Amino acid sequence: MVEQKFLTVEALSKVFPAIRGGKPLAVFEDIHFAIAKGEFVCIIGHSGCGKSTILNVLAGLDSASSGVVIMDGREVAGPSLDRGVIFQGHALMPWLSVEKNIAFAVKSRWPDWGRDKIRTHVQKYIDMVGLTGAEHKKPSELSGGMKQRVGIARAFAIEPKMLLMDEPFGALDALTRGVIQDELLKIWSATGQTVFMITHDVDEAMLLSDKIMLMSNGPHARIAEIVENTLPRPRDRHNIHKDAQYYRIRNHLVDFLVTRSKQIASGEAEAEYDPKHPPVVRPGLADDASEASNKPPVRPMMHAV
Amino acid sequence: MMKSIGLRAAIVSVVILGVLLLVWYGATLPKETAQGGNVSAEYAALMGGAAAKSKSGLPTPMDVANTFWDKLSKPFYDNGPNDKGIGIQLAYSLARVMIGFLFAALVAVPLGFLVGMSPVMHRALNPFIQVLKPISPLAWMPLALYTIKDSSISAVFVIFICSLWPMLINTAHGVAAVKREWLNVARTLEVNPLRKALQVILPAAAPTILTGMRISMGIAWLVIVAAEMLVGGTGIGYFVWNEWNNLSLTNVIFAILMIGLVGMALDLIFGWLSKLVAYQE
Repeated sequence: MVEQKFLTVEALSKVFPAIRGGKPLAVFEDIHFAIAKGEFVCIIGHSGCGKSTILNVLAGLDSASSGVVIMDGREVAGPSLDRGVIFQGHALMPWLSVEKNIAFAVKSRWPDWGRDKIRTHVQKYIDMVGLTGAEHKKPSELSGGMKQRVGIARAFAIEPKMLLMDEPFGALDALTRGVIQDELLKIWSATGQTVFMITHDVDEAMLLSDKIMLMSNGPHARIAEIVENTLPRPRDRHNIHKDAQYYRIRNHLVDFLVTRSKQIASGEAEAEYDPKHPPVVRPGLADDASEASNKPPVRPMMHAV
Repeated sequence: MMKSIGLRAAIVSVVILGVLLLVWYGATLPKETAQGGNVSAEYAALMGGAAAKSKSGLPTPMDVANTFWDKLSKPFYDNGPNDKGIGIQLAYSLARVMIGFLFAALVAVPLGFLVGMSPVMHRALNPFIQVLKPISPLAWMPLALYTIKDSSISAVFVIFICSLWPMLINTAHGVAAVKREWLNVARTLEVNPLRKALQVILPAAAPTILTGMRISMGIAWLVIVAAEMLVGGTGIGYFVWNEWNNLSLTNVIFAILMIGLVGMALDLIFGWLSKLVAYQE
């Protein structure tokens, strides 16, 4: 029954040790999910549900209290060039130019490459994110959006097996964010990267993802539900809301964030909830009347048809 | 019209300089009438005529200007141990400072890396640093003279010990304050420790390290004068002491101004180096 997935997360939990006199605090526990190759998965949840910690565990920057992460048949233990990370705060090195920031990553990935080879490779990714002409600028000379593009170029340039993004556009203004989302979508379609992304932005998740994991509030957060984003691709930011599915999915997501995430956290869990197989729903495909009939959860870990 | 701040500041500076020179000139004006009663002939002879020229015995601005001209027109002459050009004396001092400073940097920067990167080493070494840091570098002099048995090397050692602390503390601080996200980038890129130290931590901490070096150099230049007064022989500090023994206040004033100018030049060099490694976030 277990389909071989590219990335599997099993029984992951993070417990912070007791502070004097208190009880140990489990931020999240018994987290199970899987990501297929080439899939774009978003995770949404309120602050404090531990989604950044999950991402850091996937990146190998943090360790879980229990549970395993298996990528491509191997357990994740520590950071690796196989997983590129796009940080929220772009994390560029301010003393290096755009080109050198990316070259630093490329040199780490392929230490035996010559200068010219690195240069052409770097240039390819600079062009890809539309920063041609800004190669020799320092990060301080770039706008927030341009800095994040460099971060994206740096992560893509090492051609990792998987990309992890921690609210990559959180610090950008709405207009810039839209433009970069479009570009990310374009690049993702072209490269077929597997992506795991944290976001707070429901529209961003709907535009980009194949699957949206909804986390209940912490502590003791868990994956309450996996929403399959059935909006047809290619998607376009300007027309996406005209699709009949759009508001069904959006309402479902917003409803979850506003009310259900709290209910679940306060213990009003559905009786049939199984942490190993969180319910998978496709609100986009249900017409309004038959939404209830979608309730018996579809078997998880299967592709939407 | 509004002139640039630089120009206006320069004008004020020149005015202040003019006022200072004028006050100096006024204070050292000769008073022929009171002369005989104030100064005995013997004292006047001892002072080499200086006492006869001004009421306070201090050299006039013109005396000092003449000395500047005299000394700077032949800076590198050498007429034996007690009569060397100012260039030679400054060169001795600078060489001592450079050697001591260089050795201090060789010890302080790697040690600072260790202290900054390892919380255990930080805790372990902190008591030593806190006790050794406030010791006046000159307090080491007797011990240095006794163990090293060479006055010139002892002076270098004193420079070494006084340059050490600011560089060590600043390096440790700069290394410890390197942003977590840059280190995380290095970690996700599987950068090896040496490359991480040289290409991430060093450039990130360089401005703080340079600040430490600048402070160290400032202190070293302060201390070398005192150290050379003690060890004698050569150097600008010895020159000042020697001229005091000769009762040549003109030369002392000249030396004081030279110490200031060289100190300023050293600071400018480090200011320029700081700019080279500075980055803007």
